[in-house]
Amino acid sequence: MKKIEAVIRKSKFEDVKKALHEVDIDFFTYWDSTGVGKQTEKIIFRGKSYDTTKISRLTLSIVVRDQNLEKTVNAITNSARTGDLGDGKVFISEIIEVYRIRNGEKGPEALFIKGEEA
Amino acid sequence: MKTKIFLFLSICSIFLLGLNVTSSFAQDTSNIANLDQSKLASTVITPKIDSGDTAWMIVATALVLLMTIPGLALFYGGLVRRKNILNVLMQCFIITAVVSLEWVICGYSMAFGSSKGFLAPFVGGFDWAFLHGIKISDLSPYFISHSQLSSTGGSIGTIPHIVFVLFQCMFAVITPALIIGAFAERIKFRGFLIFILLWAIFVYNPVAHWVWSADGWLAKLGAIDFAGGTVVHINAGIAALITALMIGKRKYYEGHATQPHNIPFVVIGAGLLWVGWFGFNAGSGLAADGLAASAFLVTHVATAAAALTWALLDWVINKKPTVVGICTGAVAGLVAITPASGFVDVTGAFAIGILVSVFCFIAVGIIKPKLGYDDSLDAFGVHGVGGMWGALGTGLFATATVQSAYSGAFYGNPKQFFIQIIAVVSTLIYTGLLTAFLFWLTDKIFGVRATAEEETAGLDVTQHGEIAYTEAE
Repeated sequence: MKKIEAVIRKSKFEDVKKALHEVDIDFFTYWDSTGVGKQTEKIIFRGKSYDTTKISRLTLSIVVRDQNLEKTVNAITNSARTGDLGDGKVFISEIIEVYRIRNGEKGPEALFIKGEEA
Repeated sequence: MKTKIFLFLSICSIFLLGLNVTSSFAQDTSNIANLDQSKLASTVITPKIDSGDTAWMIVATALVLLMTIPGLALFYGGLVRRKNILNVLMQCFIITAVVSLEWVICGYSMAFGSSKGFLAPFVGGFDWAFLHGIKISDLSPYFISHSQLSSTGGSIGTIPHIVFVLFQCMFAVITPALIIGAFAERIKFRGFLIFILLWAIFVYNPVAHWVWSADGWLAKLGAIDFAGGTVVHINAGIAALITALMIGKRKYYEGHATQPHNIPFVVIGAGLLWVGWFGFNAGSGLAADGLAASAFLVTHVATAAAALTWALLDWVINKKPTVVGICTGAVAGLVAITPASGFVDVTGAFAIGILVSVFCFIAVGIIKPKLGYDDSLDAFGVHGVGGMWGALGTGLFATATVQSAYSGAFYGNPKQFFIQIIAVVSTLIYTGLLTAFLFWLTDKIFGVRATAEEETAGLDVTQHGEIAYTEAE
């Protein structure tokens, strides 16, 4: 199983969510994050505008079975891309074990509900 | 360290003991009331409390307190970063507590009482310390448009003396609270508190005496300041500039302000300030009458004009009208109309309101970044600059159609403008020098600057052990 951690633009969240739904990935966690990078944001304060390097982003965390890895990553990268500096990154890491809390199930079967998978 | 505290407390005790060793004086001197000998006759005159005036003044007093807590507290609090908001709120709250007590103990007497000798035009004495000698039934010796014959043939006000004391107390509270914008996010709490108390006693009280006491030298000179352009805004503004320069920039200051962490709070604060300011300005007439209504009107007009002007300037210069901008414009308008509120009409209100936003926009958006000093929340840029323009604008736009005894340069009395300049400059000099001295003294004994680690971790957790917004629960 693999964990996909994607840092994307806030403006692209709905597109990414829709693209993930189209490849039947409907379970993930996401949160607001702040990043520092090359892109700057223009802030106006009391008559003066300036550039800040504190950038708002959204981080998603999805755990998928190995066979779904490629389609998930493609869905994210294609829908989150604008071509401008600051589109974000996708990180893949290995997941050793998964448990479902409700009934104690473990293993890749805990990642989906039987009978509802693609 | 303990010896320093002991020494400081001893000096304070001796000071307070000295308050009791004062010479008394007859309260009904001609200093504070016009003596009208022709009215002395065999009839007994019993001046009465006017319940309409009193009801309004009690409400106005409460409105002015609302301006500090939570109006100014939230206005400033929303502008700082989230790790420092509690520090700002705490400063406002403790100023309310400390200065209110100081006012009753010695402040009112120093500001509005009388003293003898060469100090009389500069500061009052201690005859009214702890409000000694002021009875429940006493009427206010201070009045503007509404007065009545006193039992000794002079004039006296129509509200209880106590109400006047408390009304002025709220002014004494908000003035030091304005300064906190200058050194926000990097001041140690203990140093701040001691400095503020010293400032309230040795700067605010004398300057209030100069302008508003019947003995005050600026009042005798003819300087006019209806609700506190000089006493409150220029006073706090220049103190802000001095302390901002002395305490130094925030550690990672990059030449521009940090993003406000809670702009909705800024809006709430600005709204409370706008509404509360009606008590501040319209209440300064000390009566519920046409003058209060006029002050109410011009306050609203000037503020609206200033708010709109700032939004338009933002829109044109930075392509987007900002919420912080319009709120700042509104506050600048409130500041500028303060000294003028009892003297100008709607025309003057328009002029003062529109121009204050222009001047403050330039001061805050262009001059401050160029000079590079860190007045975190623009206490000088808005209150100092706005107050100076307001005081001078009063000298230009005062019209006899509001109060017949007063007119400004544009209405045939250019002398008023120059008198206003004297008032502005003398306040700048006295407050500037004494603030510098008191801040330096506080720093020497107690230290005022937070360490770099404290500044980075945030003042809330380092000075108060509290977190404003818990994350998990």
